[in-house]
Amino acid sequence: MELTDSVAVAQARDGDSGAFRMLVERHSRHLFRLAYRMTGHQEDAEDVVQETFLRAYRQLAKFDDRASFGTWLYRIAANCSLDLIRARKRRSENQEGPEEGAPDPIQSLADGAPTPERLALSGEVERRVAGALDELSEMERAAFVLRHYEGMCIDDIGRTLGVQPNAAKHSVFRAVQKLRRALEPLVSTA
Amino acid sequence: MMNHLSEEQFVLYYYGESGGSAGVREHLDACEACRGEYANLQRVLNIVDAAPVPERAANYGAQVWRRLEPELIGRGTRWTRWLVPVRWPMRHWAAIAAMAGLVVAAFLAGRYYPKPHPSPQMAAGQVRERILLVAVGDHLERSQMVLVELVNAHPGQALDISSEQERAGDLVAENRLYRQTAARTGDASVAGVLDELEPVLLEIANGPARLTSEEVDKLRRRIEGDGILFKVRVVGSTVRHREEKAAANPGQKSL
Repeated sequence: MELTDSVAVAQARDGDSGAFRMLVERHSRHLFRLAYRMTGHQEDAEDVVQETFLRAYRQLAKFDDRASFGTWLYRIAANCSLDLIRARKRRSENQEGPEEGAPDPIQSLADGAPTPERLALSGEVERRVAGALDELSEMERAAFVLRHYEGMCIDDIGRTLGVQPNAAKHSVFRAVQKLRRALEPLVSTA
Repeated sequence: MMNHLSEEQFVLYYYGESGGSAGVREHLDACEACRGEYANLQRVLNIVDAAPVPERAANYGAQVWRRLEPELIGRGTRWTRWLVPVRWPMRHWAAIAAMAGLVVAAFLAGRYYPKPHPSPQMAAGQVRERILLVAVGDHLERSQMVLVELVNAHPGQALDISSEQERAGDLVAENRLYRQTAARTGDASVAGVLDELEPVLLEIANGPARLTSEEVDKLRRRIEGDGILFKVRVVGSTVRHREEKAAANPGQKSL
């Protein structure tokens, strides 16, 4: 019989690696989806999944049994993703500064929208959506992914990201505003 | 005159968040302009769903476990982890192994080589010194990264520092080794900064993983107040310079 998460967590705490393995196998795919949407890169998402389980294993004793293990795990994954995005951003800032007079990336995404037929044929929509998501700040992207794809309420997003609900709400708003600016030209021609 | 709905109201309504959704529904029924605006927002958010996520195989969980298992087994208890810091990068193991090998070689050279010909000992000493400089320079750089990440954390926000904590835990073990070696070789500046760095790393490694905004600020003040980041930068840069000099002039002593 398949163990529930809470039974598996209790057994894993007692040193049963098989129970922890079951949790890993059960949650990995969903974690990957979340991590990929947060980071936008397959390799980074793989690293996030790995790091999330390492952190979870280390903090297993701190896990509150009354909470959902899945939600707890997704919180860790969201924070791992944020750490990774910040580290990546710092690295790229150290490597090269923004070019003087460089065009606004959001504006350039919105400019010159090709016809819907071409968009549909070339997968341009997918690329533009990915590009628009990449232009969000790490907090905006995290809050938006948790709201839009994971269906988390604003209060839970705030708790997950360690910010006040109001800050989480504004991050979602800013993300939606930026996405509208970047993507509205695509839908208004449809 | 009718007040149109704000963008915030549209977004909250779209996501079903509380906040007068009945009023919004009524307004949308009555106002064509807002209905159009809302339809635009719906279309944009609907195409966001077009962003694909690469599919993972059905056995993806098993693949993750295979990568994870050696790490978890290596982790063991706190005590065994201290004895065997399994997550040290390979180059550190290589440097430490090379140092140990050279110490043995130097001992044997001193024991069995005739006294009037000390050159093998000198060469071994110079190589050992260079390996130590590379390893210490790298250690200081990685310590600096941990400290910089904590100092640059968003002020006034809680923070999960488990990643920094884990790295600090690994760095503590290395730090102790390098500090003792630097003290033995009479390198006072390196030994001094490693001595100051150790309690900071210990504090990060042994503290809570999730810091409140007050704790983040306290930690930042601790790092900034002691000037440890500055000292690590300065000594790190000096060590790198010495290492470069030693590499350029292998026959000369760089200390």
